Amino acid sequence: MSTGTTDQVLHDCRDAYAATLIELAQADPRVVAVVNDSVGSSKLGEFRNRFPDRLINVGIAEQDMVGVAAGLANGGKIPFVSAASCFLTARALEQIKVDAAYSNHNLKLCGMSPGMAYGELGPTHHSIEDLAWLRAIPNLTVIVPSDPDETAQAIRWAASHPGPVFVRVSRMGVPEVNPTGYRFEAGRAALLRDGTDVTIIANGTVVAPALDAAHDLADLGIQARVLSMPTVKPLDVDAVVAAARETGAIVTVEEALTTGGLGGAVAETVVQHHPVPVRFVGVPDVFAPTGSARWLLEHFRISPGGIVDAARLALGR
Amino acid sequence: MSAGPIAAPGTTSTATSTATSTAVADAAGTSLPVLGRIDVEAGREAIVAHIRDGARLIRRRDIAMIHSAGLGHVGGEFSVIDVLATLYLHVLDISADRLDDPERDRLILSKGHAAGALYATLAAAGLLDPAALDTFMQPLSKLNGHPDRKKVPGVEANTGPLGHGLPIAVGTALAGKLDGSRRRTFVVLGDGELQEGSNWEALMAGAHHRLEHLTAIVDRNRLQQGARVAETNDLESLAEKTRAFGWHTLEVDGHDHGALLDVLTRTPVAGKPTFVIAHTVKGHPVSFMSDNVAWHHKVPDADQVAAALAELETP
Ligand SMILES: Cc1ncc(C[n+]2csc(CCOP(=O)(O)OP(=O)(O)O)c2C)c(N)n1
Ligand SMILES: [Mg+2]
Repeated sequence: MSTGTTDQVLHDCRDAYAATLIELAQADPRVVAVVNDSVGSSKLGEFRNRFPDRLINVGIAEQDMVGVAAGLANGGKIPFVSAASCFLTARALEQIKVDAAYSNHNLKLCGMSPGMAYGELGPTHHSIEDLAWLRAIPNLTVIVPSDPDETAQAIRWAASHPGPVFVRVSRMGVPEVNPTGYRFEAGRAALLRDGTDVTIIANGTVVAPALDAAHDLADLGIQARVLSMPTVKPLDVDAVVAAARETGAIVTVEEALTTGGLGGAVAETVVQHHPVPVRFVGVPDVFAPTGSARWLLEHFRISPGGIVDAARLALGR
Repeated sequence: MSAGPIAAPGTTSTATSTATSTAVADAAGTSLPVLGRIDVEAGREAIVAHIRDGARLIRRRDIAMIHSAGLGHVGGEFSVIDVLATLYLHVLDISADRLDDPERDRLILSKGHAAGALYATLAAAGLLDPAALDTFMQPLSKLNGHPDRKKVPGVEANTGPLGHGLPIAVGTALAGKLDGSRRRTFVVLGDGELQEGSNWEALMAGAHHRLEHLTAIVDRNRLQQGARVAETNDLESLAEKTRAFGWHTLEVDGHDHGALLDVLTRTPVAGKPTFVIAHTVKGHPVSFMSDNVAWHHKVPDADQVAAALAELETP
């Protein structure tokens, strides 16, 4: 059933994240990291070894962490807040809204191991609401990279962009999904496969199953376009409208709630500009049962099979 | 507590689930008998012996559970098991048939990452079917990596994100006070967890409302996830701070069952909540785990399980 994208070597995007942060810190003394007892879970051990004074560990205190980062930004630093996405986004949501976005502080929020990466640790540790929450906040760029290269490019872009940015960085093994020479551009979709019958729009860890699904759909005589949509906010409206116009049906795929995140953003755009059938693949409106990350993805059918079925439903065949 | 019981508590657990867990659990003899709650009539010596042996058996079961699941927080589980065993095997006024009795005592495990220790202790106390322990963190299990009150009768709060338990405990104790009840509320916290500001908001509220039937116990193992608490964001002086916040603060050796028993059964001080600093060692008493931050969530391999069990052979 699969094309081979998922048979390749799998990468933990935190490695690319940590290496890029070291590279940025070497080049720019303003770059600092701010963590909540999350040095290990953010893979920042080497950063701490190289720049002990520039690794600020506030302890288990997420509200303080984001507030301190805002203050560091106010003092001229470029803080990269690095914490498990569930605690960063849920616990410090008001600090993100007010101290980061409303105040327009130049700080970067790096949500580690989002989605259901913490599988059997349960809904408290899942971060499937983060895209819906953060997309609702004005003046915040929201990025969900799909592989190590795109993670590194997104982090470099975030450092160069003067304003608040949220980047999801997963621990779940992913293959490289973008072509050699790929250039990440904030706010722009990437065309990974062209097609005329339906468009699959995905990001993060689930771009690979989206590509696999497109391959399987071709076997059924359905030519699927695959768009990678690393920037959930601001959305690439032109690419979405073109997909609606040219392929006539859309399936969104995300390791997040089906409401409010990528699917919500795409649907809002489609209904306003060019209404076509849209189906959502992601986590429904429930707290997940116990299970590993891989088991849960399969359970919620965030998988090639689930995407194929959603595409067929969207097409009515 | 709307959920029904998982199953009638059995008498003895023998691991029967997956091949690997059965191998480790059986070879190591980690089956957990239901010890039940010992009554005050038994006398102090018998009570202390009951708790001591219970804690040893709970540790043995817990480490096998973590090994089978391939996940868990053995360091912070082993540091808190003596506290949990003291509470569930004697101090708490609860029983399997009274888990939704409004007048029951309540224990909130705020450091929810020690869920495995809680589940094993609930089983030892006769509040959870020991057979359920074999499903720890398996697909669709009621025993999630962090406790869920909707799935496990006896669990009072869904914890995991640190800094939730103390505010919930304040509310629970306040409800008791409004009812004019003498029922007690206990909350078990991590020391790193106290870095969360919500705890200090709740400490103020607990003193303000003069919640004398509320006891907070901090597992003062001096380590958090990645480093020592003192090197991360120091808590000292914790005793002075909590006294200044209006609590009656006591310090105890958190591995001395007799001392824990005495502190946790003491008559409350009128008009003040009690704050117990239980001095513990993360990973206690396993030699290669003790006071070693690497064992926060490292999973022991089969040899390490065997070595740990050998150290937990006798009281
Ligand atoms: C709000 C929140 N932030 C971060 C974490 C991740 N985390 C889990 S356990 C832990 C360390 C806890 O240290 P401590 O409270 O001392 O517990 P113990 O030493 O008893 O294991 C951390 C940071 C969390 N569970 N919740
Ligand atoms: Mg600790």
